[in-house]
Amino acid sequence: MELIVYGIINSITLSLVSLGFTLVYSISRVPNFAHGALYITSGYLTWTFLDKFAGFPYPLAILAGIGITSIVGAMIYQFILVRIRGMEISEIIATYAIGLAILEGLRWGGLRGMTFTLPAFFTGSVNILGASVDYQRLIIVGAGLLTFALLYLFTRYTKIGLAFRGIAQDERAAMMLGINSDMTAVVSLAIGSALAGFAAILLLPLGNIVVETGYNVLIFAIAVCVIGGLGSWGGVIVASFIIGFAQILTEAFISAHYQMVVALLAIIITLLVKPSGIFGKQKELEERV
Amino acid sequence: MSAEPILSIKGITKTFGGLKALVDVSFDIEKGDVFGIIGPNGSGKTTLINCITGFIRTESGQVRFRGKDITGWKPHKIADMGIARTFQIMRPYYSLPAFKNLIIPLWSPRARKTGGWRGGGKHGDRDTVAVDILEEIGFERDSRVPYKLASTLPTGYQKRLELARCMALRPDVIFCDEVFSGLSMSEIAGMVPLIEKMKSEGITLIMVEHRLRELFKVANRVMALNFGEKLTEGEPLDVIENKQVREAYLGSEGV
Amino acid sequence: MRKERIDRGLKVRTEGIYAINSAREILYLMGPRLLLIAGLLALPFVFEFAPYWKRVINIMCAYALLAIAFDFLANYVGLVCLGGAFFTGIGGYFAAIYNVNLGLPIYLSIPLATVSGALLCTFFLLPCLPLRGVYFAIVTLMYPLLFTRIIEALDIFGGTNGITGLDSFPNPYLEHYAIIIIALVFLFGMRRFVNQDVGLVLRGVKDNDQSVKASGINVTRMRIIAVFVASFIGCFAGAYIAHLYMWAGISLFALDFSIIPIASVVIGGGGTLVGAAIGAFILVPLSEILRAFGTFRIVIYCIVLTGFIVFKSEGIMIYLQRKYHQFERWVKV
Repeated sequence: MELIVYGIINSITLSLVSLGFTLVYSISRVPNFAHGALYITSGYLTWTFLDKFAGFPYPLAILAGIGITSIVGAMIYQFILVRIRGMEISEIIATYAIGLAILEGLRWGGLRGMTFTLPAFFTGSVNILGASVDYQRLIIVGAGLLTFALLYLFTRYTKIGLAFRGIAQDERAAMMLGINSDMTAVVSLAIGSALAGFAAILLLPLGNIVVETGYNVLIFAIAVCVIGGLGSWGGVIVASFIIGFAQILTEAFISAHYQMVVALLAIIITLLVKPSGIFGKQKELEERV
Repeated sequence: MSAEPILSIKGITKTFGGLKALVDVSFDIEKGDVFGIIGPNGSGKTTLINCITGFIRTESGQVRFRGKDITGWKPHKIADMGIARTFQIMRPYYSLPAFKNLIIPLWSPRARKTGGWRGGGKHGDRDTVAVDILEEIGFERDSRVPYKLASTLPTGYQKRLELARCMALRPDVIFCDEVFSGLSMSEIAGMVPLIEKMKSEGITLIMVEHRLRELFKVANRVMALNFGEKLTEGEPLDVIENKQVREAYLGSEGV
Repeated sequence: MRKERIDRGLKVRTEGIYAINSAREILYLMGPRLLLIAGLLALPFVFEFAPYWKRVINIMCAYALLAIAFDFLANYVGLVCLGGAFFTGIGGYFAAIYNVNLGLPIYLSIPLATVSGALLCTFFLLPCLPLRGVYFAIVTLMYPLLFTRIIEALDIFGGTNGITGLDSFPNPYLEHYAIIIIALVFLFGMRRFVNQDVGLVLRGVKDNDQSVKASGINVTRMRIIAVFVASFIGCFAGAYIAHLYMWAGISLFALDFSIIPIASVVIGGGGTLVGAAIGAFILVPLSEILRAFGTFRIVIYCIVLTGFIVFKSEGIMIYLQRKYHQFERWVKV
């Protein structure tokens, strides 16, 4: 019972973390290797606001943190990626380099040790089906579900959301219909970064803000996206449940050290069995047969 | 010539999501045929080629080449059997000079088996053969054209390069995916003799084409597709007289 | 008198084919190469009285090898390897196991580590080779981190302490010249390799893998060959570094080994191989000068690298090449 509760929480955590990555990939076709860095940036910014400016209200700090992260994301596209659009090798190298620069820069700037923590929204815990769950985790689950719902509504019912889907399906056709592909890509990076930041705000109170988390987040986000099918939204949710439960089970029965091994094994099995992922798009399959 | 067709396709079906791209398409191709496949845009012609040459997996149906079942084989193995194809959207190896483009097919196991490339001396022998093939296909040997980067070639030459890439494999069957499209009239006029020459060399050709006039000059049998379904098959003139085919091309009011 | 570009009359028909008819023209073509070879060979003597910098030469050449491997994979085969550290780590640990645990001498452990490391790396990378796109980048990104964690968690191969007590090179000149000569051999060897027929097929795979498939060539097999060659080079560098430091530990999987080669290639000029090496010759000494900055160096590399990708994507090497060919001389009319 405990395992199921923790598994669900862990899965929703994972999907929150990976939504930003998959959103960016599905719309701009840029594998955003700076995802983990943006995640940490948001946490660090929020911490800075709280710590350096005494009396700064927590919600405002959060908003500022997410907002700045999202601007950073948009700027990454606007000033760097837009110039190398379509050159896959350069895109990968550039996003990876930016991510490393941010993470290692933060580390150099003093983001080390245990002093960097965000406070939980509410302290305390409840007992659900025999498992003790603190409020923060409940908020994560709630916020995760809310995010899915909002994203769903956003892509169905808003103009820019529909433009997103158009670009994701067929960039050229969408461009012909008057959708500005660069603009949507900027917005997608902004939203993707904001999602990463949002996930960070929710998750970081559970631990410390450390640079290593940035790498872990990137890796788990990628693992979830590859398994679900790169650029597939439904896939993200299914895949995060698969990895989420696999992790909880390995943690319970083997050792927590193997979480990353599980992620990598899952990627490799996916690549061997069904390369396009669980919900891989037909188009991609066709390209690769 | 044996009675068995060189290539026989039975009941190929392929759907993309909800869209039926091909529905139970069957036909036979005899050795030495120039077989035309016509149909309006989106009628599944290119998908059919992709299915036969292994670039897309079919859902059902069977492809037999010389009596051997090659359904679901990997593209490179099918090419290795002697079925070459051109691509509708030409993408030559842009970073290589035109004649170096042919090194790739000449390096393939098939070309090595057939030994066709063993032309010149010990060194650069593939280069020599490559230039020979290009000359055959209409690149002037002594001009700069064969030595230019493939990315700088005009469309007509890129199409020829695609054909040359197929020829380098010494295939038995070539699938030509719209070799005439995007070419000027004079370029097409230059291509037709090439097709005829290949035919006279005993290569079986399957041509997907929109330029019916040129196609009917060379083809001896034609099949018409519409919405993934086979409408009819037969002599070129019979096919074009077919009511369904006319409807498909001109719309039902046009008839 | 009028001005004339010195390559006029040399280049005929196409890039890469030259008509040479005087010693001067030969010098014009061979000069830069000879300069590079002679310069590299002379380095240990130049720095005879700066022992610290003599060590940097070795590291520099090892990084040059890694950069060549990265350049080959990225710009000739189209596979972006974000984890060069994977190669060095595997190579280094193999060398340590052969040398320390099995007691093989250094002249056996390095070659054996290179070959077995390359085989193992290729095996680990097999699943992502039939696919195109970002999968290779993703998997190579994960492996070094993963191996670090596994070694830490299981406490195998000395755990966080690593394996110590590897043999050092018998004398310092051997140490220098082993890596310098091998770097040169691989540099010119790879340049030749990518212009051989096999190399052309690999470049074809990068340009258009569909068309290669339609030509009856197994694309996966070609990629396996390419990854083997690259990991061979990388594992050699790793094995060498392990013996140089007489130690193999998890820092062989460190980020530096992944990012410096990438930065070298981008700065030096992708797709030239020589550019990759030159990039390493610039970056590694620079990183020694900046040693005081610690991890901030990685930030510097990344910023420089991004700047080059965005604003000067051709890199130093291609720029210099162009300028070199544009030299003019006065000729009598």
